[in-house]
Amino acid sequence: MMILSYLLILLMIIGALAAVLFENLLNSIISLGLISLIAAALMYILKAPDVAMTEAIIGAGLTTSIFIFTLIKINRGDSQ
Amino acid sequence: MRFRDYLSLFLVIVLGFIIFQAFAGRTDDSLNIKQFGEVNLNERTSIHYINKDVNSETTPIIYKNTQNPESGSSNYVTSIIANYRALDTLGEITVLFIAAAGLAFVLGEHNKNNAFGSDASFIVKTGVKILFPLLFLLGIYIVVHGHLTPGGGFQGGAVIATAILLKFLAYKDYKLNHTTLTILESFAGISFLIIGLIGLYTDGSFLTNFLATGTIGTFFSAGIIPIIYILIGIKVGAELSGIISNLINA
Repeated sequence: MMILSYLLILLMIIGALAAVLFENLLNSIISLGLISLIAAALMYILKAPDVAMTEAIIGAGLTTSIFIFTLIKINRGDSQ
Repeated sequence: MRFRDYLSLFLVIVLGFIIFQAFAGRTDDSLNIKQFGEVNLNERTSIHYINKDVNSETTPIIYKNTQNPESGSSNYVTSIIANYRALDTLGEITVLFIAAAGLAFVLGEHNKNNAFGSDASFIVKTGVKILFPLLFLLGIYIVVHGHLTPGGGFQGGAVIATAILLKFLAYKDYKLNHTTLTILESFAGISFLIIGLIGLYTDGSFLTNFLATGTIGTFFSAGIIPIIYILIGIKVGAELSGIISNLINA
């Protein structure tokens, strides 16, 4: 379980770097959703199922979609 | 990548290292931060909360057997969110309400079409037709069983909002009735306050568990906790659906 945690944390750091470094904003938003999803898995490993549910639904689902709608609204779907 | 990006990455790493150093290696008494595993819990306030069970002070709790414990919820996270720290929860849903109201104030025009301009494909529409009732039911299940299983009002309300988001993604002309949303939201908020005030009247403190808590682990137990969590579920579901609807139809 320890190795799995380290692997997930490594993936999270990669996702965070990708969210910052991607030129395309849509890719950045999807990376943010990935971070939330991995955080939910980590919360479940840490025996906090309530927080894991919240993180999975709000962090990975709703926030990602709201960001994408905002992106459509401000017409910046293309890379800068 | 430009020079500026490398510089900011370097600065963030240095800052993270400094913060890590400040908390990881420190064993001063001034900060009262000790190495992992070396803390004497008897010196801390938290030992009282570790020794005191959420449901009772002395006797052990037996699932589906113990009658009328202090707060009859078998999920102790719910005990804290909807009973011991219910005032904090009231503040949280107020924050969510203000966020939804601000968004509606900025983007609130409901007579335009959604952002995509056309219906989704046949496969997506059929999938949504199957998924929508199941997701809605799952949301209601999570809300109603908040005092027995992990989850509760916030999570279940968010699941319901996700189901409505799927409808918006599939159908171009899907509209929510904002009057219904307003009525549901106001009803939930006002009922929450009224329940708190009844506790103030009968037991002398705001949001006290004034009902009998029943047998732990059964569906009808835990006094006002399931009622408050169902109200929170209605409020969160209505607010998040309203936010999604305002964002898509603006």
